[in-house]
Amino acid sequence: MKKWIALLLAVMMIVPAFAFADDMPVVKIGVYEPASGDSGAGGKQETLGVQYANAKTPTVTIGGVEYKVELVMADNGSSTDKAPSAAQQLVSAGVSVVLGSYGSGVSIAGSQYFKDANIPAIGLTCTNPQVTAGNSHYFRVCFLDPFQGTVLANYASKELGASTVYCLGELGNDYDQGLITYFKQAFEGLGGTVIKEDFPTGTADFTSYLTNASMYSADVFFCPVSIAYSTQIIQQAAAQGLEIAILGGDTLDSNVVADADKGTNVKVIITTFYQEGANAEFDEGFKAWLNENPDMLTNNGGNDVISAVSVMGYDGYYMALAALQAAGSIDGAAVMAALPSVEIDGVSGHIKFDDTGDAIRTSAFVKTVDTATGEWLFVTEQTVD
Amino acid sequence: MQYNWKGCVPTVWDTVFPYLLSGISVGGQYALIAIGYTMVYGILRLINFAHGDVFMVAGIVMVYIAASGLPLWLCIPLVLLITVGIGFLIERVAYKPLRSAPRMSVMISAIGVSYTLQNLVLYITGGLNKQYPTIPWISETVVIGPAKTKLVTVVTPFLVILLVFALVTLINKTKIGMAMRAVSKDFETSQLMGIKINNVISATFIIGSFLAGVGSVLYFTNYPTVIQTSGAMPGLKAFVAAVFGGIGSIPGAVIGAFIIGVMENIIKGLDVILFKAGITSGPLGLATFSDAFTFALLIIILVVKPTGLFGEKVTDKV
Repeated sequence: MKKWIALLLAVMMIVPAFAFADDMPVVKIGVYEPASGDSGAGGKQETLGVQYANAKTPTVTIGGVEYKVELVMADNGSSTDKAPSAAQQLVSAGVSVVLGSYGSGVSIAGSQYFKDANIPAIGLTCTNPQVTAGNSHYFRVCFLDPFQGTVLANYASKELGASTVYCLGELGNDYDQGLITYFKQAFEGLGGTVIKEDFPTGTADFTSYLTNASMYSADVFFCPVSIAYSTQIIQQAAAQGLEIAILGGDTLDSNVVADADKGTNVKVIITTFYQEGANAEFDEGFKAWLNENPDMLTNNGGNDVISAVSVMGYDGYYMALAALQAAGSIDGAAVMAALPSVEIDGVSGHIKFDDTGDAIRTSAFVKTVDTATGEWLFVTEQTVD
Repeated sequence: MQYNWKGCVPTVWDTVFPYLLSGISVGGQYALIAIGYTMVYGILRLINFAHGDVFMVAGIVMVYIAASGLPLWLCIPLVLLITVGIGFLIERVAYKPLRSAPRMSVMISAIGVSYTLQNLVLYITGGLNKQYPTIPWISETVVIGPAKTKLVTVVTPFLVILLVFALVTLINKTKIGMAMRAVSKDFETSQLMGIKINNVISATFIIGSFLAGVGSVLYFTNYPTVIQTSGAMPGLKAFVAAVFGGIGSIPGAVIGAFIIGVMENIIKGLDVILFKAGITSGPLGLATFSDAFTFALLIIILVVKPTGLFGEKVTDKV
């Protein structure tokens, strides 16, 4: 009897393999994103952009042969100690190019493994300069922190009229610390004062940090932290009746953050890559796709508000396809050689790399939360001269 | 010149008060977890590492039950009931079969339970933060002197004192309480005297989990997101509090928890306090060390007074 069951199970496993086998060759694209941990929410939204693009364009013609594009997911768990095994997982799966990650720290932690395996990586929203600096294999489609920090400092000083800014970052997080450093440089250059404090990973109680900010009579509370922490900070700020604006970087651009701010009196202002409404065709298509797939809608935080990171994921996927086509091969080294000269017209604008491998970007969007509806409102498109 | 809430020149008290308030609140929540650690240790001589995760699971259960649309007045008792059930089940499944095994095996089993719970929640939630439901009355914002906070901050210390009072009465006045005291004094002899040891141990886990459940309602109302690692830090700090107060002693755990909660928040605000008092001219970055302080305290206590503030005296029986 047992033998028969075993045989039956074995047959059941073989049958689907036959049923779905087709002749089209496969090219693998690695999706190196956090699906769990503090940045899990952001990583999932970024992955959604890639998945949507893949659903829209599931095949690509490379060197005259049509390939099926297969996405290989690896969860780097938002932490630098889990990142290496996720990166190795992608390398051993034999991907031709890697997309990601959300979070600069994990991108840096995985970088070496891609380099050793001659696989190029395209950073989607990791904004720390160190991701691409000195790395010929790492490219990126978004703007950088020195630029973002300057934009934020200018906005705080000129638009919000701030003279003292309280900065709060997570200890040991490359993204937070980097962006705060660039913000500090720019803001002090404009004649302002910066007070900076750090909190350890895993903190849930931010009440004393918020008290500190008001005790120092700060005009702005700058916290470019992960979504998990920023929602906590916003809700606790609301309970404490924080009167100053909370300023954040691109990580805060998520409907999860907007939902946390809904119905409170806390003003949240951020800089980001994309503003919903800038490309109606993409917006409609993406929303329709989300609403058709309940799982995807859950991954997007339960509603169909478009996060900028999804847009970057979408553009990154087409950048990868363009590179594969330009290389005419699915070999990682060939794709790497082709990438510097690839250009596309993405949803977030025209994307072209500079010598370091960073996209040339000259503007950032400033958004704020409408606390009545919990939606992001467009404030301005900020450029730096 | 800035003026305080009364319109007078701010005093040191105005500066310190908000930190004190945060500290007492979080201290009360640590206390409710710490009691669970200390009671289990008192009876089984086991450090139940899964306790912090029971606290986190209580939070997650609340999220899902509230999302199912049940009215909140029904959710809270249901959450407490489920938490108690989980605590009871953990003991029966993971600790009871190891009753005669070396103590180290039970401890390792506890670590296993801790990771199992975390990974189970990771699987169910998909690793994303879950928004804790807003509980009406205690979520309201109140103004107390120079500080603005949620009502839960004020309610916590009183509720903790009430629960501890009830617990102490239970231990001193009831039959099961007497059995608990006997078991913690001498495990084998009380067994010989006809005490049903398994019932006593189950009761201990039920009380500990119940208090962790109450603690989770208070804690997550203040800091309203739950993730699989949410229990780790509060659990560790409550453990330090239990050791600080003298593990095995209930008043010790409560006082230890309040001290740790207050000190932790004072350190976060120490820069400001020193600055306002005119002792320093700028921030020193001391806030960074708030957690380091808690764990440094653990080491100091273990070196200087290993039995803690109210710990039982070790007597060698010949």
